Amino acid sequence: MITETAPPEVRKESRRRLRLDDNAIRNLGLVGVLVLLIIVGIITKPDLYSDPTWVRNNFLTILQQASAIGVVTVGMTFVIIGGGIDLSVGAIIALAGVWATTLATQSYGAGGMIFTALVVGLAVGLVNGVLISYGKLVPFIATLAMLVAARGLAAQISGKQTQVSTNMTINDIASTKLLGIPLLVWILGLVVAAGWVLLNRTTFGRRTVAVGGNPEAARLAGINVKRHTLLLYALSGLCCGIAAIMLTSQATSAQAAMANLYELDAIAAAIIGGTLLSGGRGTIVGALFGVLVFSTITNLFAINNLSTEVQNMVKGAIIVVAVLIQQFRYRSLTQLLKR
Amino acid sequence: MSALSRRRVLFGGAAVGAGALLTACTSNTPENNAQVNTNTDASANPNAAPGSKVIIGFSAPAADHGWLAAITNNAKAQAQAYTDVEFRPVEAGADAAAQRAAVSTLISQKPNVIVMLPHDGKELNAAGLEAMNAGIPVVNLDRAFPSMAAYRLQIKGDNFGMGLAAGNYISEQLKAKGVSNPIIGEIPGIDSLELTQERSLGFKTALEAHGFKVANRRPAEFTADSGQAAATALLQALPKMDALWNHDDDQGIGVLAAIKQANRSEFFMVGGAGSKAAIDQIAADNSVLKATVTYSPSMASSAISLARLIGQNKGMSDLVELQVPKEITLASETITKDNASQYAKLGF
Repeated sequence: MITETAPPEVRKESRRRLRLDDNAIRNLGLVGVLVLLIIVGIITKPDLYSDPTWVRNNFLTILQQASAIGVVTVGMTFVIIGGGIDLSVGAIIALAGVWATTLATQSYGAGGMIFTALVVGLAVGLVNGVLISYGKLVPFIATLAMLVAARGLAAQISGKQTQVSTNMTINDIASTKLLGIPLLVWILGLVVAAGWVLLNRTTFGRRTVAVGGNPEAARLAGINVKRHTLLLYALSGLCCGIAAIMLTSQATSAQAAMANLYELDAIAAAIIGGTLLSGGRGTIVGALFGVLVFSTITNLFAINNLSTEVQNMVKGAIIVVAVLIQQFRYRSLTQLLKR
Repeated sequence: MSALSRRRVLFGGAAVGAGALLTACTSNTPENNAQVNTNTDASANPNAAPGSKVIIGFSAPAADHGWLAAITNNAKAQAQAYTDVEFRPVEAGADAAAQRAAVSTLISQKPNVIVMLPHDGKELNAAGLEAMNAGIPVVNLDRAFPSMAAYRLQIKGDNFGMGLAAGNYISEQLKAKGVSNPIIGEIPGIDSLELTQERSLGFKTALEAHGFKVANRRPAEFTADSGQAAATALLQALPKMDALWNHDDDQGIGVLAAIKQANRSEFFMVGGAGSKAAIDQIAADNSVLKATVTYSPSMASSAISLARLIGQNKGMSDLVELQVPKEITLASETITKDNASQYAKLGF
């Protein structure tokens, strides 16, 4: 008996180790890309990179510009690992931002504004989740509808105007530094850490992977798939609420057209970070590196005064290459395991 | 009571409370600062005397930006200032096709004049022709129809002139300061738009005349958050800058926020369009924003006034001609601290 059960155990163990290695290799690859981008920066702009103060400032700027989209990407990564997609994140940010900056909300002070943004984000996420898990709508359609509707409602509330935040506590979030590091970067760090723990160290995370990998098997294993899916979209909505406050603080205002195309940036960052679009696999750290790669490219193109058209083409190419590598490696890995 | 239902009651109560609080939070009372010509003293201006009744049909794209919102508000407010004008707005819908349908409906209602700001001049050209052929004079606002037969009057802003004005102001200021090799930044709006390209060309032309050039150019998307992102990137790329032109005052809110966040003040900035917030800031003179070049939505108010004159078969009283001219291009004006008080009422 014992000798018979041993081989599958060993195989399972080796498979797990291989998968871990696979993630580590991918993350190392993304670090390599980041280093490469910075080296290109050093070669093309040696005068800027020779000033240590500027270099330090530049890294902090890259992190700061990645902070809001990074928070959104953490939520997006959960949704995609869970087998879904959320196209409405940019629209949720706009709605939460606009709702939090109406004159009425601003009269409640910073606490009221933050509360409003978080609750609006969470509520819209819950609506997405209910439509998808209980209304049985395809995630693509449900969140596409939400994209249009939430931006519409945001335009309705704001009267299509840019709503300026006069609350200095909110506006100062973007310029505050703790231990020399911008508060926005701390927020990103906290969300990423919480996301990592949630995905890798809790049953919620294990269930997310199970639901995304094989929903039917997850259901048979006793997971309430519908409720879990609902919670994933609520989590994404909550992340958007946090991002709305961060962006509002950075722009000292909110409007219905803000966070334009954030959904695409977040999905792209999650994908190049190694999250499988069909669900069941993905990492938070990889997604963070994905965001940083995009933010670093933007920075590299800015310091060299290159046009944003070329920048978008490079971004597109990186997404395609990342997915190609991912498919190639995943296929060869599964073949290796079958042998 | 089981633990689960108690939890449900708690969550349910919290949700209802949050919902009630949130619905209270959507109220917004924006200040109304429409730009209206209120000179209705008939003894000073014979054109101001009430004449025959004019029905003015109006169609403009749904506003997604402060400038477009001001266009519609101005047209409405100006029409209300006349006792002999009936204002008949139609929703332009989401795109050119929807606006074409809306204008067709409008034509069937036979207004005396139609004022139209098209989604796209080329795509709505046929709608303009249709109205003109039906005997309804068309006032083409801002986005130009290519066919001269499609409008009775074209009134628009000057994008090239805006860039020219910004470039000239920046060059003169730098010359006055004695900066010989200045580092100049530019933050345009959506780069694929023709109007953005015209503005940038005007800016480049003016700078070249003084032997200057743009050191770095980071496009935004006419929104404050995109302005913040573009300005942050630009400031990082240019550790020292002498002057900055930002094409649009709405995205300028974000640009100014980024400048403050980066703690930079060694340069001066020129805005674009002429929003009320920007004019106030220029007057207060407490930020890097020292000037803005106008592209004023007051053109909508003027379009209504001229549409009324066309409908009443009158000319502009200061001109010899008995009819309103066919084309008017507003001059882009430079608002600085010195003349900000005059322009305060024109800010949108």
